[in-house]
Amino acid sequence: MVHQYKNNGYNMVLDVASGSVHVVDDLSYDVIGLYESHSIEEIKQELTAYDKTDIEEAYKEVTELKDAGVLFTEDCYEKYICEFKERPTVVKALCLHIAHDCNLACKYCFAEEGEYKGRRALMSAEVGKKALDFLVKSSGNRRNLEVDFFGGEPLMNFDVVKEIVTYGRSLEEENHKKFRFTLTTNGVLLNDDIMEFANREMDNVVLSVDGRKEVHDYMRPFRNGKGSYDFIIDKFKKFADSRNQQKYYVRGTFTHHNLDFSKDVFHLADEGFEQISVEPVVAPETEDYAITEEDLPKIMEEYDILAKEMVKREKNGEGFTFFHFMIDLTGGPCVAKRLSGCGSGTEYLAVTPWGDLYPCHQFVGQEEFCMGNVFEGIVREDIVKDFKATCVYTKDECRKCFARFYCSGGCSANSYNFNGTIDGTYEIGCQLERKRVECALMVKAALALEKETENEEAE
Amino acid sequence: MKHIKTLTNKTLQNTVKKGGCGECQTSCQSACKTSCTVGNQTCEHSK
Repeated sequence: MVHQYKNNGYNMVLDVASGSVHVVDDLSYDVIGLYESHSIEEIKQELTAYDKTDIEEAYKEVTELKDAGVLFTEDCYEKYICEFKERPTVVKALCLHIAHDCNLACKYCFAEEGEYKGRRALMSAEVGKKALDFLVKSSGNRRNLEVDFFGGEPLMNFDVVKEIVTYGRSLEEENHKKFRFTLTTNGVLLNDDIMEFANREMDNVVLSVDGRKEVHDYMRPFRNGKGSYDFIIDKFKKFADSRNQQKYYVRGTFTHHNLDFSKDVFHLADEGFEQISVEPVVAPETEDYAITEEDLPKIMEEYDILAKEMVKREKNGEGFTFFHFMIDLTGGPCVAKRLSGCGSGTEYLAVTPWGDLYPCHQFVGQEEFCMGNVFEGIVREDIVKDFKATCVYTKDECRKCFARFYCSGGCSANSYNFNGTIDGTYEIGCQLERKRVECALMVKAALALEKETENEEAE
Repeated sequence: MKHIKTLTNKTLQNTVKKGGCGECQTSCQSACKTSCTVGNQTCEHSK
């Protein structure tokens, strides 16, 4: 399968199954479009605008790439992935719901102001420690273990976070494990001591901010209705700088109310943040802020604006990272990782304040997905089995999609919320993901070609 | 090549043999909590 598209003046060709990316001239773009269904003679007849010798030359190049296994390659991974999915899995990551409570009242919160359809609660140190014991015990030979302090707002229970981290460190040596902790926070309670602790212990921090003040304040007010932007922004800047602008993300959500979200991304970049993630809200159509089919053309346009501007800024030495455009063309994850899903329900679980286990943070509060608890372990192996069974090859939409090696079949929670099954897709999310992959590849192409030109000029 | 520039020097087929060790980050652990973003994760062996 080959996916070809034009973006920002570049003719892009993605060979889906090999992951190879080619930038081509107009002639070979047209030749590639006809290659599989036409002979060379037919192509010459079809493409009358080009010189016949040039067509032959381009055809030869395409054939060379095909023979080299980087164009028109077959997707031959299905058997491999199905076998891989059947392996015994271990748990390697936990999302700890340290606090089912929040000091903000964000309108789009899937945790419903932190409560996840349940009651307000804080995790005790005992439950947190049991969760780490469960993780160590369930992780087999896996050395790197990840623990995310999530909420609600985890800083509302920060003493317990500290106690859990100290306990985790005490387990590392004797169990040959390495904990990588992540903290997600809205910043309200952030202070110098917490930053100092986080910089010592947290592998990553995720700082929630939506972008422009008016956008942020509209969706992320305090419970009294007052906006939270002024309260958090300077603290986040200081935090990001204290981490040398690395190993953190400012993370925002855009909604139907700020479809011009590229401005929010640029705002965050202009404020000095270098690691930025701004993601579309996922919400039922009944919400006024939900993203709908009608919004898609505008959002696509915004991704294009963002991609173009990122190229420009990178060339000027003012580049920043946009999480959803991150693609590593020379490394990146292996095929097994790319096609077997995100790991929810198998390798990645969420833990509620009282110790119940769920397939991921988005399923918390949906009782039918409660898998067990940190004291007794997993008791619902049938749920593990269901999650283990899903991958890109179990979904017809994914089989046809060029982006399947980048999204791994999408989010099971989104699929469940929109289709009532974990083994489906969320169409709006899929359309946006495809656009992001296209933009991300264009950015890579533009920068690579720029560098090549610079090198040629230097020689 | 005159008409085509290839940006990648490694193919996904190459990762079949040694892949699947599972030491890498889970996708929702990075920044994303509402979509699936596996393609932008880093391979633990390329660090």
